[in-house]
Amino acid sequence: MADEHDDKVARDIAPPSPGRRQFLKGVGIAGAGAAVADQLLLRPHEQAVAAEPPQTLSAATTEVTLQINNQKRKAMVEPRTTLLNAMRNHVEPPVTGPKLVCDQGTCGACTVLLDGKPVYSCLVLAVDAMNKPVTTVEGLGTPDKMNAVQAAFVEKDALMCGFCTPGFVTTISAYLKKNPNPSLDEVREACKGNFCRCGTYPKVFEAALAAAKGTGRNGARAELMNHREAAESEA
Amino acid sequence: MKAFEWSNPTNITEAVKLLQTAAQGADPDEAPRPMAGGQDLLTTNKHYITRPTRIVNLKGIRGLDRIEGNAKRGLKIGALATLTQIEENEEVRRSFPGLAEAALSVATPQIRNLGTIGGNLCQRPRCWYYRLEDVICLKKGGSQCYAATGENKYNAILGGGPSFIVHPSDLAPILLALNASVAVTGPSGNRQIALEKFFTLPSEGNLRRENVLQNGEVITEIQVPSSRMAARSTYLKFKERSSLDFALSAVAAAVEVGTDGVVKQARIVLGGVAPVPWRAPEAEAFLTGKKLDANILAEAAKLALRGAQPLEKNAYKVPLTQTLVRRALAKVGNVATA
Ligand SMILES: Cc1cc2nc3c(=O)[nH]c(=O)nc-3n(C[C@@H](O)[C@@H](O)[C@H](O)COP(=O)(O)OP(=O)(O)OC[C@H]3O[C@@H](n4cnc5c(N)ncnc54)[C@H](O)[C@@H]3O)c2cc1C
Ligand code: FES
Ligand code: FES
Repeated sequence: MADEHDDKVARDIAPPSPGRRQFLKGVGIAGAGAAVADQLLLRPHEQAVAAEPPQTLSAATTEVTLQINNQKRKAMVEPRTTLLNAMRNHVEPPVTGPKLVCDQGTCGACTVLLDGKPVYSCLVLAVDAMNKPVTTVEGLGTPDKMNAVQAAFVEKDALMCGFCTPGFVTTISAYLKKNPNPSLDEVREACKGNFCRCGTYPKVFEAALAAAKGTGRNGARAELMNHREAAESEA
Repeated sequence: MKAFEWSNPTNITEAVKLLQTAAQGADPDEAPRPMAGGQDLLTTNKHYITRPTRIVNLKGIRGLDRIEGNAKRGLKIGALATLTQIEENEEVRRSFPGLAEAALSVATPQIRNLGTIGGNLCQRPRCWYYRLEDVICLKKGGSQCYAATGENKYNAILGGGPSFIVHPSDLAPILLALNASVAVTGPSGNRQIALEKFFTLPSEGNLRRENVLQNGEVITEIQVPSSRMAARSTYLKFKERSSLDFALSAVAAAVEVGTDGVVKQARIVLGGVAPVPWRAPEAEAFLTGKKLDANILAEAAKLALRGAQPLEKNAYKVPLTQTLVRRALAKVGNVATA
């Protein structure tokens, strides 16, 4: 998907100079590999401060290394590029599990785990995520090896259009680690930052509780195997 | 989002310097900004409400996220402590319950995981005219508060004019009720500001800000003194929907009740109804020396809203807030109410 929400890029910024490397030093971004600041290329207001801050990144494009799902992923981003935008549009191949919906921290479709905690990746800057592990729905499990929550979503048919699903699965997976045996009310509370336009909430909560009890995983695995066997014997 | 420089200082002196040395911009909203969780700043940036030339990330400064202290000594909460940290802290829950409730009432788990107490106090207003990119209202340097005569369902009923924003922070009312103050470091050194003197009304002057912080000043710590009221504190927030929402109205209340059942001191601060967290001194004075019962609560609720001047579409906030005052007092005073 193109990045609809960055349509203002042209209005604000001088043409990016992709070859240019920024000085990346200081705790937040130590992992990104320091390079030499090419201060002669700085824009006018930057020149005034050029001598001083080694821990400052200019406004232009720079290369960062993100840690997405235990892999180092390089991306060319500006300081204003969100983590969501970086994952979807600036790494190759893109990471498209987290969805762009509101871009305002009001829907939860972009939920990822940052340092293990659910956050909205539309409200995190890519440059601010550099030294921290990011886990997306892709990193929780694969179609062949789903985690308990993913499997329970399949088993309980906990989606309609599915656009909110990666966010819910990510939020719930983190929550069950924190509270492995939640009540329905606790699950609802944990999901207050995720919205579903299709209104699948009852199934979503059911899936979360099933995953917590372990019934989701086993049930879903068994059912999936049955489907597969049935399909194979028909063929 | 307007492009900006990105700085990662490792100590507060550096942070203040980095805020000073960047281009200051022509408009107050172009000034360099500190960033904590970014859960408000990135939303104002996305709508070009704030357009800082440089963002100074405070998260690399070690030790700013600690929560220390207890009921006896009071609390010292680092400005970078997240709302999740505050809400989950055992000592806060036990000895300052209203603060834990307020932290839990904010937004969503995702936002609380990154949003900090310092950022919560300094967040920008939510009035939808202010938040609309293409509207240049009074708060953005324009000539009019469109809410004064427009869609003003969510706006101020107390202390409004010439701008009718309400202060959106859920932590501000309870921290004010608990007599908190903030420690600030800036270009000219450190200062301590009581929250009572921190927030500013639009009528008091600077329409472009909601508090007394100057450019380059950073909150480092929030101090909550020990008090006999803290253990009996609460924060009640009424939202239009039960999940993610700002307060239509909220009440922070705290009381000290003697063994004889008589109120020794009381604090009532209203949220979501005024451009600042709104203290209700008349109601507090009225409660002092009284034994709480349903009639007393009703009278206190009336006094708390005295002087309210609703706009065309927000008169509902008066009875709503009165009800919240009664319920909050009933809760902290252990009074049964209908
Ligand atoms: C969808 C949504 C719903 C929300 N709902 C609520 C709600 O119900 N209740 C509520 O109270 N809030 C709500 N918020 C606002 C939420 O962003 C804040 O509560 C949060 O605490 C902000 O903290 P932060 O650290 O992310 O601030 P930031 O975004 O980092 O900063 C906010 C502002 O404060 C300044 N600042 C930050 N730290 C400091 C400091 N130490 N010293 C000086 N200035 C500083 C920044 O420059 C900026 O101007 C909501 C936000 C969103 C996006
Ligand atoms: S896209 Fe991030 S919360 Fe909606
Ligand atoms: S399944 Fe469609 S939005 Fe949730």
